[in-house]
Amino acid sequence: MANKIVDIHELKREFRMGAEIVRALKGVTFSVDPGEFVTIMGSSGSGKTTMLNILGCLDQPTEGTYLLDGVDVKKLSRNELAILRNHKIGFVFQAYNLLARTSALENVELPLLYNSSISSKSRHDKAVKALEAVKLADRLDHLPNQLSGGQQQRVAIARALVNEPVMILADEATGNLDTRTSYEIMALFQELNQQQGKTIVFVTHEPDIAAFSSRTITLKDGKVVKDAKNQSVRSAREMLAALPVSTDY
Amino acid sequence: MKLLNLIRIALKALQRNKLRAFLTMLGIIIGVAAVIAMVAIGQGSKQSIQDQLSSMGSNMITVRPNSNSTVGGGARLDQSGLQSLTLDDIRAIQKQATFITAVSPAVQAKGQVINGSLNWPTTIQGVAPEYLSIRDWPVKDGITFTQDNVNTADKVCLLGQTVVDNIFSSGEDPVGKIIRFNKIPFKVIGVLAEKGENAFGQDQDDIIIAPYTTVQKRILAIPYIQNIYASAVNESSSEKATAEITDILRTSHRLKPGDDDDFLVRTQAELISTFSSTSQLLTVLLTAIAGISLVIGGIGIMNIMYVSVTERTKEIGLRMSIGARGIDILFQFLIEAILISITGGIIGVVLGITASKLVTIFLSWPTLVSRSSIILSFLVCAITGVFFGYYPAQKASRLDPIEALRYE
Repeated sequence: MANKIVDIHELKREFRMGAEIVRALKGVTFSVDPGEFVTIMGSSGSGKTTMLNILGCLDQPTEGTYLLDGVDVKKLSRNELAILRNHKIGFVFQAYNLLARTSALENVELPLLYNSSISSKSRHDKAVKALEAVKLADRLDHLPNQLSGGQQQRVAIARALVNEPVMILADEATGNLDTRTSYEIMALFQELNQQQGKTIVFVTHEPDIAAFSSRTITLKDGKVVKDAKNQSVRSAREMLAALPVSTDY
Repeated sequence: MKLLNLIRIALKALQRNKLRAFLTMLGIIIGVAAVIAMVAIGQGSKQSIQDQLSSMGSNMITVRPNSNSTVGGGARLDQSGLQSLTLDDIRAIQKQATFITAVSPAVQAKGQVINGSLNWPTTIQGVAPEYLSIRDWPVKDGITFTQDNVNTADKVCLLGQTVVDNIFSSGEDPVGKIIRFNKIPFKVIGVLAEKGENAFGQDQDDIIIAPYTTVQKRILAIPYIQNIYASAVNESSSEKATAEITDILRTSHRLKPGDDDDFLVRTQAELISTFSSTSQLLTVLLTAIAGISLVIGGIGIMNIMYVSVTERTKEIGLRMSIGARGIDILFQFLIEAILISITGGIIGVVLGITASKLVTIFLSWPTLVSRSSIILSFLVCAITGVFFGYYPAQKASRLDPIEALRYE
């Protein structure tokens, strides 16, 4: 494959903690093709978070190369990284990170406000479209505190979609949600991946979430210990249907 | 386009916290309102002092005798006893001066004025007809006296309003009546317009004005004059006029170079500037106090912005992760600070003008809202916003997005 979304080669990341040098990533190599749904697994201390920060262009490698959609991230300045994030990456966080007292629509418009080439008319249209894609077209003017956790996370996913990124980067995106809602969110991710061909990189420590992706990369002590295609991808929609109908009383 | 977006972002951020934005503004509002109101009060009192002094005739120059040690010697006399000014001086000024439009001699006498059963202690001022134009003092009823009256030392007079009020019963027309001043009968030919108190609190209307020859010959029996009143061409030439009069009088008094003047020349302009500088000082003091409150308001902005940056660390992290550059964050917070200070400034200006008007209405202090104080305090506001907003904004812009996102 010539045009990989992510191409990481012998990537190392070291931190200086006083006199000590902590090596969080000790030579990681992998790549992600367009349209893949990859989960990055690992327990705490495995270098998972560092990997996420580098993948998200929030941090830069100490050694090795990271090409995001053909752009060598290592050579970029802080400002260039910000522009790269704005154009190529959509973040979904565990804690949703929506702006309080700001409508769903305005939250989704936010990434486009930092892109001066988009007019206010097309900004509005794109935001509405993104919210439609996450089935929240009827919640445009709702404030975050008027939405459920699952709905808030869907607004966050819409925000990640609105700038048409090459990769959606999710960080424990179901960590704050109950099982049913987690499955709903995973179903949405699968749908975006399978029907719209979005490339998704999902960082998690839950193995049953990883089962929904097409490939799992496992990190341990700063190295890739396992990188395997998922033979039997589970369908989140089927899992959802299989859940007991209601536990309410 | 980009800036417009940033202004939009800043506005939305402020809208999310209206009460806090308003409280932050309050310092600036009070500061600006205080500056505007204080300057208005200071300028107003300055203007009213100037008006009062101008009511005495703003181009007026007065000359009075002064004892000098080089002339005469022996016991030095009180001013009223000095005889150094004469009618020759008047003629010399009339002939030679170029910056003087009118000149009048003056002699005064104190005494009791009687009309029928009423009497009143007052002053009679003997002057030339030009005196009224020098003092900018019109006759309300009747006519003024002429040079002919002066030449023949006629016993005619003009009365000030205070004198009229005290020796005539209300409704009685004084014009044409005969009154007695120190037993000498005078015919009232006119009543002077009311002039009110002068800047020193003296009642300027408590006076009788008569031809100087009459007062000289019939009351005082003196050949010399006590004062000279003159009018400069305009206010700005009063300095030149003063120098001119000094030269003419020195020549006419045959003073040698090095001798002290035996007279004093005073201009109204000098008085005005003396009083103005006093009220100027008042203005400066009031403005300084108000300025301090403006600075405190600015520090309030800085304080709130600083807290706001800490409180919104996670928001800043999010904005950075979705593509805000450091400079975008810097501008967002800077624009927030400027919006707060300018909005506060506008409200403050309105409040300050209102306060000045209320002071005039309820305390009847004169106020004058000057355009420069509005522009100045507004500028100071904008600068305050930039100055006190910059540091917190810069702090925000330098946050590490990773740490900011993890901030709880």
